[in-house]
Amino acid sequence: MKLTKGKIADLLNEPGCEHNHKKGQQGKNKACTQQAKPGAAQGGCAFDGASIALVPITDAAHLVHGPIACAGNSWGSRGSLSSDATTYKMGFTTDISENDIIFGGEKRLYKGISQIIKRYDPPAIFVYSTCVTALIGDDLDAVCEAATKKFETPIIPVNSPGFVGSKNLGNRLAGESLLDYVVGTAEPEYTTPYDINLIGEYNVAGEVWSVLPLFEKVGIRVLSKITGDATFEEIRYAHRAKLNVMICSKALINMGRKMEERYGIPYIEESFYGVEDMNRCLRNIAQKIGDEALQQRVETVIAEETAKLDIALAPYRARLKDKKMVLYTGGVKSWSVMSAAQDLGMKVVATSTKKSTEEDKAKIKKLLGKDGIALAKGNAKEILRVIAKTKADMLVAGGRNQYTALKARIPFLDINQERHTPYAGYVGLIEMAKEFDRALHSPIWQQVRQPAPWEKVASSPALKDSLP
Amino acid sequence: MTTITRNKKSVAVNPLKQSPPLGAALAFLGLKGIVPLFHGSQGCTAFAKVLLVRHFREAIPLATTAMTEVTTILGGEENIEQAILTLVESAKPDLIGLLTTGLTETRGDDMDAILKSIRQRHPELDYLPIIFVSTPDYKGALQDGYAAAVNSIVATDYGTPVGAIRESPLQQVTILAGSLLSPGDVEEIKEIVEAFGLNPLVIPDLSGSVDGHLDDDYNSKTPGGTSLSQLQQLERSLFTIAIGESMRLGAETLKQKFGTNYQILPRLTGLGAVDKFLWLLAQISSYKTNDNWQFLPQIPEKYQRQRRQLQDAILDTHFYLGGKKVSLALEPDLLYQTSWLLKEMGAEVHTGVTTTKSPILKELPCDKVTIGDLEDLEDIAPGSDLIITNSQGKSLADKLHIPLYRMGYPIYDRLGNGSRCLVGYRGTMQFLFDIGNIFIELGH
Repeated sequence: MKLTKGKIADLLNEPGCEHNHKKGQQGKNKACTQQAKPGAAQGGCAFDGASIALVPITDAAHLVHGPIACAGNSWGSRGSLSSDATTYKMGFTTDISENDIIFGGEKRLYKGISQIIKRYDPPAIFVYSTCVTALIGDDLDAVCEAATKKFETPIIPVNSPGFVGSKNLGNRLAGESLLDYVVGTAEPEYTTPYDINLIGEYNVAGEVWSVLPLFEKVGIRVLSKITGDATFEEIRYAHRAKLNVMICSKALINMGRKMEERYGIPYIEESFYGVEDMNRCLRNIAQKIGDEALQQRVETVIAEETAKLDIALAPYRARLKDKKMVLYTGGVKSWSVMSAAQDLGMKVVATSTKKSTEEDKAKIKKLLGKDGIALAKGNAKEILRVIAKTKADMLVAGGRNQYTALKARIPFLDINQERHTPYAGYVGLIEMAKEFDRALHSPIWQQVRQPAPWEKVASSPALKDSLP
Repeated sequence: MTTITRNKKSVAVNPLKQSPPLGAALAFLGLKGIVPLFHGSQGCTAFAKVLLVRHFREAIPLATTAMTEVTTILGGEENIEQAILTLVESAKPDLIGLLTTGLTETRGDDMDAILKSIRQRHPELDYLPIIFVSTPDYKGALQDGYAAAVNSIVATDYGTPVGAIRESPLQQVTILAGSLLSPGDVEEIKEIVEAFGLNPLVIPDLSGSVDGHLDDDYNSKTPGGTSLSQLQQLERSLFTIAIGESMRLGAETLKQKFGTNYQILPRLTGLGAVDKFLWLLAQISSYKTNDNWQFLPQIPEKYQRQRRQLQDAILDTHFYLGGKKVSLALEPDLLYQTSWLLKEMGAEVHTGVTTTKSPILKELPCDKVTIGDLEDLEDIAPGSDLIITNSQGKSLADKLHIPLYRMGYPIYDRLGNGSRCLVGYRGTMQFLFDIGNIFIELGH
C-alpha cells in the first residue's frame, strides 16, 4: 500500500464516518482533517494509532522501522491481553543509526526481517514505517514484498509515519494494511450462518472474554476478532463472516465499509458497555442474521442475565444513587459509558463531545438532560473547572487524566486502554459498579483533603496548660 | 579492563534503551516552572509522556511542536514559534526547554537561526530563557540526551538577577546530578550537603518536581526543581561535584565558563564511594570557615553513625550476597555504580548489558559488557542468581526463573519510584537489604 496524499484524504473523508456528514449536508466536518496545534496538542501520532489497532494480533511480530524513540519508549505497554501467544508483547525495532539515515535503511530492515524469521518464526511480521524512515524515502513496500517471497511468510507493510496525522488516522491506515494484505488470504475450516467478526475490539483488560461466552450461549460464532486476542490466521479468513460488528469505535470504520463493498458483508455499530447497550447489541446481531430461533435465544439470555444483574447490582445501586460524575473520553464511549452509569443510578453532569459524531452528540444530549454540560474541548484546567462548578463527586476519563483528578484530590476511574479492569458485558457492569463504589467511598479522601493541625485558622494550643 | 562488544544484529529485540529526547526532557523536568518542548511529531511527546507518567505516577508537563509531513518539508520555524507563544499563554512558564528529535534532525532544521529569528520577532519574550539541546533519536540513549540537556542548562546565559538578590549566607556548591539518580537520591544528596553547612545548587533537581507530592493548585509547568533565580547564581558556586561520569561535559563547561573546579564521582553507593563524597564536602565546608585555609574537617554526627550502621549492614548481608552471580542490564552510569557495589559485597557480575557507549564501561568489574538489548540479556543471563534491569525484564526473568530487581527506566510495576533512595550510606543499606531479602525469600 503506497501512502499517497489521495489515500490519506480518502481515509480522512471516509464516507462511513459520521464525522463527515454534517447537518444539512453543508460541507464536511473539519474534525478529522484538522491539524494538531503546536504547543497545545497532547495526543498520539498515526504510528501510535496503527500500533494500537494491530499489536493485539498475538502471534505476529511487530517490527518498527525507525529510531529508538518509536518502539523503545513504547513497547510492551499496551493493555491488550492474549489467551495464548505472547510474541506481540515483544519489541522489535531496526533502531536505525546515523549511517542508516545517510545510506538508507532498507538493507538493515531486510536483514532484520530475516533475523526475526530465523529466531522466532512468527506466522507474519507487521512492519511499521516511522517519520524518519518515511522522510529518507525507504521503500517499505518493496522490502516487504521481497521478504515475503524469500521467507515465504507474509511480511506486511504498515505505512503509518507519525507525522501524517493523528492516532485515529493511524487506526485507519492499519485497517488498510489488513484489507490489502491479510483479509481474504485464507479460508476457514468451516462456516456457519451465525459467523460474525468483531472489529475495533482490542481485548483491553481481557474485555472480549466477558462477552464471548454470551455469544456462545446464544449460538453466535465469532469467526474473527479484529484484533483483540486474535491470531493472524483468523483475520485472514474474516471475509467469510456474515456480519461485521464494529465495537465502540469509528476507528476502523473503513474496514467495515470496504468489507461490505468487497465481500458484501453488512456492518453494524454496537457497544458492550451497560445493560441497555449490551441488550441492544445482541438483539441487533440476531435481527441482522435474521434467524428466529436465534432471536428467541437472545431474548431468553437477556432475561436471565438482566435478572441476575439486578440482584448483583442492588447493593451498589443503593450506594451509588445520585452520585455525580464528569466523563471525559472520546467518541462512542462518551455516551455508552454514560448509559452504563445511568444504569447504576449515577448522574453524568458533564461529558466530552470532542471526538463524537453528530449521531453520538444527539445521544449525549438525550442522556445528559437540560442541565448537563457538553464539553466541546477541554484540557486539564477546564476539566477541573467543570468539576468544581458542577460539584461532581468524581472524574471518569482516560489514564492521561488520572493525575489531573488525583492531584486535585478527586476520585478517579480509568476508562481507556491502559486500564486493568474489564467493563464490557453484563459481568463488566458489575465490575464497573464495584470500581465506582471503591473509588467514591474510599476512606482516603478525607485524609488527603484534611489540612494539617497548624493550617487550621483558630487552633488553640491545647497543650498550653500541661507544659511547665 | 572490560571488553566492550556491540551486538551485530539488524534488529533490536526487546529494546533496553529509551530515546535521547526522553532523557533530555527528564533533565529539564528538574528545573522549576519549565515546560519541555519536543520539536517533532506529536507522537514523540506522547510516548515520552506516557512512559514518564507511568514511571513516576505523576502528571508530567511536556509539549510538542506537532510537526506534520508538510511542515517537516517546509521547515519547523512556524511550528516552534506557535508552540512557544501558545505555551507562554497557557502555562506561563519561567523557562522553556526545547529539544529536537529524529524527525527534525533528519530534516536538518537550523535551530540557531530559527531561535534567533523568533527572538527578533518577539522582543516581548526577552525575559524567557529558552534552553536548547540537540537530541537526535538515532544517536545514543536516555543517558546521552540527559547529559546533553544538563550541559545546555549550564551553558545557557540566564542574565543577572533583577533587583537585589538575597544571597544565602551559606557557601554554595553545584551538584550535577546524573541520570543514574532518582528524585529520592537527589533528596538524600541535598540533605547530606546541607548537613555540612553548604548550600547545594542541584542541576537538575528532580526531587522538587517528580518526587510525588500534592500541591494546592493544578500545574501546567513543573511545580518544583531548581529555579531561574538559582540558575542565575551558578557563578557563585565554590566547586562542582558531578555525580555520574556522563556529567563530565557539564562540569567542564562550568569550569570554562566560570572557572569553577570540579570533581567527578562516578558513583555514590558503597562505603568507599560515600566516604569519598563526605570527605570532599568536609574539605569544601572547612574552607569557608577559615580565611587562611586551615583544614578543620567536621563530619556531622548523623553520618558518622550512619556509616557504622552501613558497616553493620554489610556484615549482616554479606552471607546472602557473597558468591552470587548477578546479570545487569542498565545504562552505563547506573551499571557502573550498581555492579561495583555488588562486586564489593563479594558477588560476581555474571554479565552486563548496556545502552550506549561511555568511557566508564572500560572500568566495570567484569570481563565483558555488551551494548545491546534484552534479548542479549536473555541469552547470557542463564546461570545467574539475580537479574537487575527495568520492568521490561519481567518476562525474561520469569522465563528463566531468575528473580528480578528493578532499576532504571521504566519501572511500571513498582510503587514509590519518586521517593526510592539507593545512594549515600542510608541508600546503600536499603539496596543491600532489598537484595539480601530476595535471596532469603528464595532460601539461598
